[in-house]
Parts: sequence; structure tokens; C-alpha cells
Amino acid sequence: MALIDLANPSRFMAFVARVLPFAVALTVVAFAAGLYLAFFVAPDDYQQGATVKIMFVHVPAAWLAMFCYATMTMASLGTLVWRHPLSDVAAKAAAPIGAAFTFISLLTGSLWGKPMWGTYWVWDARLTSVLVLLIMYFGLIALWRTIEDPIRAGKAVAILTLVGAVNLPIIKFSVDWWNTLHQPASVIRLDGPTIHPTILWPLLVMALAFTLLFLVLHMMAMRNEILRRRVRTLQMRAAARQPATATAQAAE
Amino acid sequence: MTGWAQALILRELRLAVRVGGGALIGVLFFLAVVTVIPFGVGPDLNLLALIGPAILWIGALLATLLGLDRLFQADRDDGSLDLMLMSGRSVELIVLVKCLAHWVGTGLPLVVAAPVLAIFLNLDALAIGAVTLTLLAGTPALTLIGAIGAALTVSLRRGGLLLAVLVVPLTIPVLIFGVSAASAAITQPMPFLTPFLILCALTLLSSVIGPLAAAAALRHSGD
Amino acid sequence: MQLVAENLACDRGGRRVFAGVSLKVASGTALAVTGANGVGKSSLLRQLAGLVPVAEGVIRLEGGDDERPPFEHCHYFGHQDALKPSLSVAENLAFWQAFTASAPGLKAGAPARGVDEALEFIGLAHAATLPAAYLSAGQRRRLSLARLLVVERPVWLLDEPAAALDASSEGRLCELMSAHLEAGGLILAATHQPLRLANTATLHLQAAQ
Repeated sequence: MALIDLANPSRFMAFVARVLPFAVALTVVAFAAGLYLAFFVAPDDYQQGATVKIMFVHVPAAWLAMFCYATMTMASLGTLVWRHPLSDVAAKAAAPIGAAFTFISLLTGSLWGKPMWGTYWVWDARLTSVLVLLIMYFGLIALWRTIEDPIRAGKAVAILTLVGAVNLPIIKFSVDWWNTLHQPASVIRLDGPTIHPTILWPLLVMALAFTLLFLVLHMMAMRNEILRRRVRTLQMRAAARQPATATAQAAE
Repeated sequence: MTGWAQALILRELRLAVRVGGGALIGVLFFLAVVTVIPFGVGPDLNLLALIGPAILWIGALLATLLGLDRLFQADRDDGSLDLMLMSGRSVELIVLVKCLAHWVGTGLPLVVAAPVLAIFLNLDALAIGAVTLTLLAGTPALTLIGAIGAALTVSLRRGGLLLAVLVVPLTIPVLIFGVSAASAAITQPMPFLTPFLILCALTLLSSVIGPLAAAAALRHSGD
Repeated sequence: MQLVAENLACDRGGRRVFAGVSLKVASGTALAVTGANGVGKSSLLRQLAGLVPVAEGVIRLEGGDDERPPFEHCHYFGHQDALKPSLSVAENLAFWQAFTASAPGLKAGAPARGVDEALEFIGLAHAATLPAAYLSAGQRRRLSLARLLVVERPVWLLDEPAAALDASSEGRLCELMSAHLEAGGLILAATHQPLRLANTATLHLQAAQ
């Protein structure tokens, strides 16, 4: 099956029905492995003790928060440029998931910050830009809920998503200059990761598990959205239908 | 409560949560306002803790005012307001019930969100409790006073901005006693209860003046 | 029961729209208000509905509940449908049924219909649970009309009642109106077409020269 075939919502539904069980199984296995590695293989930090385990949720959630926005950006391009019939469904389905990952990364970050920095929240560049990302997600969801017609809503949201995609890096760099406390990047660096393999491997497995979780949730949410639109079409058709009884009465 | 009031509350709440209702946009605005303040005043946590109650109160005030412009206008635009005025129910009570439903839909979420936002502003547990309590007691007054502005601007195309201009001066007492009660809880020597009780009194007073004035304005909105 | 208006005058935006309008409508009769556009048909109905201030003259309802103003005995069916798109068809109607106070004045044999019955009657029973947003203009109009059936009020003020209705719905509207007259109600309708009802008088509004 070519990728283009998935553009057809019915084919997509069939594809999801076939793939979803395997994807769910794979996600469960990845999480089991990731959690095992994180709790029993990765050593406690000599300074932070067991609190360092928060990292195995915090970092993948933060990655996924951005990955999800990237997905929405691609989908928005699909909506505006290629008018792909499924792309605004993809964008709409991704937004709440992205907001949830963003929220999880903020929540775990602040729980981690309390023992590390002595406060739940600081107006650090990294934290602030993620908070702005969360507000962006909420705004997109709100815009979607305000416009009743899904096609019109999809276009409006796609424009806002793309503007946000341009603006987020700017926000990121500007708040970097504004205030910084968060530790610098330590996994993806030109000179190789700076953290020990016993921590790196569990982290990568957890990241894989989170990505799989996102894929599963995204497919399910897209399926729900397609069904929701079908229900809407059926309802509109049902409303337009002239009831047989009424015409019979009028004919009397 | 009588049947018609229940029916009205149910309708308003349904409208608020369904598509196009915008029940949670007020909370989002609240979040956005509280987020941009530190960019203006700087990220100094001690300073933020000091002015935190004021930030939360001003955020709640702005979020309430912005949500109010559709309170009567939506009903006027589709002819519902006409039918309400000739429904045989007391217009004052209709306003009161609509304000109650509006507060549950927009004001109460602000109160619920306030403790989370207070963490961003580095407030301690006592201060968080005090701010939330004052918001719980004070935001109904904001809605009720704002309803006067909403009724006065109901027939205007660009009523929203004018509404804010009309209402902000009237809400100053609420803001003063709300913030001073919350600040009193942080800086111990001052009493919390005195300004808090005045705040409660303001809410009760506005629950009388607000519906009376708004109903008078609505009755004269017809042309 | 008799609705009487004497010497009504109406000002809108500082301009006198009409003056010296008197009318009398008794139970069981209808009054068609005709006239050119802008002559004040809608304003007259809105005055009777208590929505536009009366510049001069009096409106009274003889034989109604004296405790309540005349307009609380009236149903007003204007250009706007007073429907919320996000509520379902049945929710819209049920709200107005619960919210609007009924007024006595009809014969005992003409009780207000329930929501389901009224929807059945106007041919929207199949759409009861659907959002009102999905209705066509004619369907919205009919749903708005159903409001008159679920709450008992003796006086119907109808502003262009047949607008946006197809032939069969218009026939249904005529049926409703004659049933209302038979039950002892009274109807004032601003209209361009003649009302196909028994006991109809006409009030022709003409611009002052």
C-alpha cells in the first residue's frame, strides 16, 4: 500500500484497524523495558539520589511535546499547501496529545525542581518557553472549539500553527537571553553525549516508548475525529430528511 | 429554586461548554496574563511573591471583563433577549441567574486555576490559600458589576472595549479589598479578616445593585 | 378577551414613524396589518409586545390577567428565531417552554402541547436530538414557531410569519392559526399576503403625507 492511499479516510481506518493492535503491544513492551531499565539498571545519581528517575519521564515528555508540534506543523502544511483530506484531522488529533505531553513535562519538571532548586517554578528560559508552548497548544485547541465547521476551523488553526512554528524558536532564543538556569543539552551534542551509557540507554528506550505511545494515541484520536465528522455528516443529512409522516399528513 | 431559573442556568451552562461557548478561554487568558507579567517586571522570585496577589487579581479582573461582552449580546443578536423581556419573569432575577451561570462557567475556573498560577509566582501555601479565598469571594462581584456594563453596551457593535472602560472604575473597590486581604495574609501584622469581610459585603451589595441596574439598562435597550 | 390600542404613536431615532393608530382585536379574530415597507408594521407589533416604548396612546387587554401587563399575554414571533445553534432542537424548545410564563385566556379545551407533540406537529420530530445548527432556514423558522404551541398565551403577534416557509409549511401555519382562533385566541399579523383565515380584519398603515 502506497502512502498516498492513506489519504483516503476509509483506507486509513482500515489501516488503523490492522496496525493498532501491534502498535499497542509494541508500546507496552517498550514501556516495560524502559521502566525496568530506568528503575533497576540505571544507577541513582550520587547527588540527586532517586529523584533523578524523574528524568526518565521528564525528558521524553519534553521531546514529545516538541515532536508533536512538529507533527502539527507538517500537517498544517498539508492542509494549506496540498489540501490533504486527512491532514487537518491529524493536526486536530495531535493538539490535545501535545498539550498533555507538555503538561507532563512541566509537572515532572517542577516536581524535580523542588528538591533541586528549592522551588517548584523559576522563570528560566527553558521552562518559560515550554510554558509558552503549552499556551500555544491551548490556544489552538480553543480556536478549534470556537469554529463549528471543521474545514474552516482546520484552515484557521493551520495558519496559527505555522505562525507558531516560526515564532517558537524566536521565543526560545529570546528567553534564553532573558534568563537561564536550566542545564544545557547533554544528549544531542556534536561531540557525543555527555551522560553515562547506563543512564543514556534507559533514557533512549523510554523516549522510544513515549514516541510509540504518541503514535498509538494519535492514530486512535484520528480515528475518533474521522468518526466524529462522519456522525456530523449523518446528522446533517438526518436533519435535512423530510419525515415520511409529515409529508403524509400534509397530503391529507 | 423555581423551574424557569433552573432551565435558564442549565441552558447557559450548556451553551458555555459546547462548541463556540468559550467557557475556558477566560482561564487561558488568565494564564497568558500571568505568564507575561514576569517578562515585564523580571524573573526575581522574591519580587514576584510580593506582587503575586496583585497580579492574580488583575489577571482575574481582566479575564472576567473580557468574557462579559457576550453575556447579553449573544441573546440580543438572535432575538432571545426580546423573548426574555416579555417572558413574564423578573428581569432582575434573569440577570442574577445569568450572572450566576456565567460566574460558574468563567469565574469559578479562574478561582480553581489561581493556586496553580500562584505557584508560578512563587507564593507560599498560606498566600495561595488567601488569594484563592479572596478570589472566590470577590470574583462574583466582578461578574455582577460587569453585567451592568454588558447591559449598557448590549446594542453596540464594538461593545467589548467600551464595557471594560465603563466597568474598570466601578471594580476598583473590589480590587483594593481583595488585594489587601490577600496581602494581609502574607505580611502578618495586618488583619486578614477586616478587608475580607468588606470584600464579602461588596459582593453582596453588587448582587443587588448589579441586577437592578442591568435590568433597567436592558429594558431601555429596545428600539 | 379584547386587545385594544388607542391613538398609538411611535418614535424611533427621533423620527415619528406613525401616529394615531387605534385597533381593537377580539377573541377568535385576526387582524392583518398591511402597508408598505418602513411604514411601521414591525414597530407596531413590537410596541404591542412591550419591546418598543410607546410615545403616545395606551395599550390594554380587556379580560386578561389585570395583575400583569398586556405584553405578558403575548407571543411574539419576529424575524429572529431565538434559537441557539449548539443546543439540540428539543433543548431549544424545552428551554422556552420552561422559561416563558403562560397566561390564561384560551378556552379550556386548548391545552399547551408538550415538546414532543409540538415537534411532531411541525414536522421536526426526527431532528429532536440534533443540534439546531444543522437545520435549514425553513426548519429553524418552524422550530421557532413551535414555541407558540408549547406555552399557552392568548395573543399571537406574528411579524411576516410566512417568510422562509414553503407551501406545505405555510398550510400548516394556517392550520395552527385557525386552531388558535377557534380556541379563543387572537392574532395580529404583519403580512404582505392576505391571511387565509375566517374572521380577519385588516389594518392598513399608510405613510402620512
